[in-house]
Amino acid sequence: MKDQNNILRDQITPPPVYFNRRNFIRAGVLAASAVATGVVYRKLNHVSTTKVKTAAIQDLTRATHAPANSGFTVNEPETPFEDITHYNNFYEFSTDKQAVADASANFQTKGWQVTVGGLVNKPRVFSLEDILKIAPPEERIYRMRCVEAWSMVIPWVGYSLSKLLEVVEPTSEAKYVAFETLLDPTRLPGQRSDVLKWPFVEGLRLDEAMHPLAILASGLYGRALPPQDGAPIRLVVPWKYGFKGIKSIVKITLTADQPQTTWSEDAPDEYGFFANVNPRKDHPRWSQATEQRIGESGRRPTLMFNGYEEQVGHLYAGMDLRANF
Amino acid sequence: MKENDIRFAKLLVLVNSAVPAALLGWDAWHHELGANPVNFAILTTGLMALIFLMLTLAVTPLRKITGLNWLISFRRMLGLYAFFYACAHFLIFFSLDRGFSVSSTLHEIIKRNYLWLGIIGLLVMVPLAVTSTNAMIKRLGGKRWRTLHRLAYVAAVAGVIHYYMQVKADVRQPLVFAAVLAILLGYRLMVYLNPSKSAPATTAAARPKIEA
Repeated sequence: MKDQNNILRDQITPPPVYFNRRNFIRAGVLAASAVATGVVYRKLNHVSTTKVKTAAIQDLTRATHAPANSGFTVNEPETPFEDITHYNNFYEFSTDKQAVADASANFQTKGWQVTVGGLVNKPRVFSLEDILKIAPPEERIYRMRCVEAWSMVIPWVGYSLSKLLEVVEPTSEAKYVAFETLLDPTRLPGQRSDVLKWPFVEGLRLDEAMHPLAILASGLYGRALPPQDGAPIRLVVPWKYGFKGIKSIVKITLTADQPQTTWSEDAPDEYGFFANVNPRKDHPRWSQATEQRIGESGRRPTLMFNGYEEQVGHLYAGMDLRANF
Repeated sequence: MKENDIRFAKLLVLVNSAVPAALLGWDAWHHELGANPVNFAILTTGLMALIFLMLTLAVTPLRKITGLNWLISFRRMLGLYAFFYACAHFLIFFSLDRGFSVSSTLHEIIKRNYLWLGIIGLLVMVPLAVTSTNAMIKRLGGKRWRTLHRLAYVAAVAGVIHYYMQVKADVRQPLVFAAVLAILLGYRLMVYLNPSKSAPATTAAARPKIEA
């Protein structure tokens, strides 16, 4: 008995060791929980990292050849390719701008067609190859001002929309041009939710559409458009808020009446049909006087018509731009 | 739970609650917040403030339903983290977005309803943070302290509406917060309307616990 008691006493872990082991386990639990929280944070607060590599566009006319005062180029630093391709408003993929690049990485555009019709003399279904052949690709370096008060400078590749319209010949009744994005919830998963009415529709007045600054873009930075920026073909209207630049176009229709466009239908008091960039007309919920230029610190003043007043101001002569926003 | 285990559990909450702030800082330092880092940081800290407000308001219902009274020992810390993230949220807006311009910040706040709500939510949390110490609980007395700290409901409601109002079209996330908040406040309303049911368990534990 005596011996046994002695042995037992010897086997008891001395208090310092016992507490050390417990502290050791606790330190492990603490570290593991912190790592787990970090993983959850990363999952929920995800930033797309997909790398983009699309084909280079041949025989490109550089913007350095642009006529003076055309507005075809701008003397401001271009926004990095990484930012243009990883900060996208493209609700058909995700409403999170930083998630679009990953969500759109496998988007297929094979066999793409664009149907051009309505009030035209020569309606036609174009294959992508045919529509790209209408005019030689030009580089256009434009400011892009989002209605959310951030902006970029983007070297697009495309040609003036007017060249396409000249091919299909709008009739004398045609007053507007309506554009539609592809409707395909399997390829555009965002269309499975009803955050907006699908398909996305945008529109221009015919004289706006005929302005040389309005382009059909098929590339940026000298390469074919990546999916997140509206592959394979999109509209760019640099004096208007970015949402007017409808992406992944499958249909262009000339109409007599003003088309019902997606954002202005969703919130008519916040987004008008014209959506011209106007620092003096605030969005009801935020100011449009300044903008966050992506890649810069601090804010820049926003310019009337996004700095293209000289080129497009005459289109709106005598119009109340605060009422017709 | 033993006193020692509660202390460790509090350490767990303390460290894990700081992880988002630490990762946000780390990513900012390495330029990995994406194309619009200021916006990203404002959004992230705002979301964290809302999450911690919800966690804070979840403590009492969870404690009453499960009977795990030690849960109360996390409430103060969770509340202070909500205040910390809300302050960070405002300070990033003031410094990096508004360029430290008091006039531009005030101008924006006065003009925009959603910023009004955000500021109300932040300001009502100030007295709560100030009176969160044991000494202040003693000085105010439990009953007055509890009444004052109902301002947390105001902060949460203001915060959720503030978030809802600035979203462009996809209101799913703000609606999730609204639903959670409705449950948490609905529970309190239910208890208030049926005091008999939960009264015996409540009185002792609802008192803010004073600890060393």
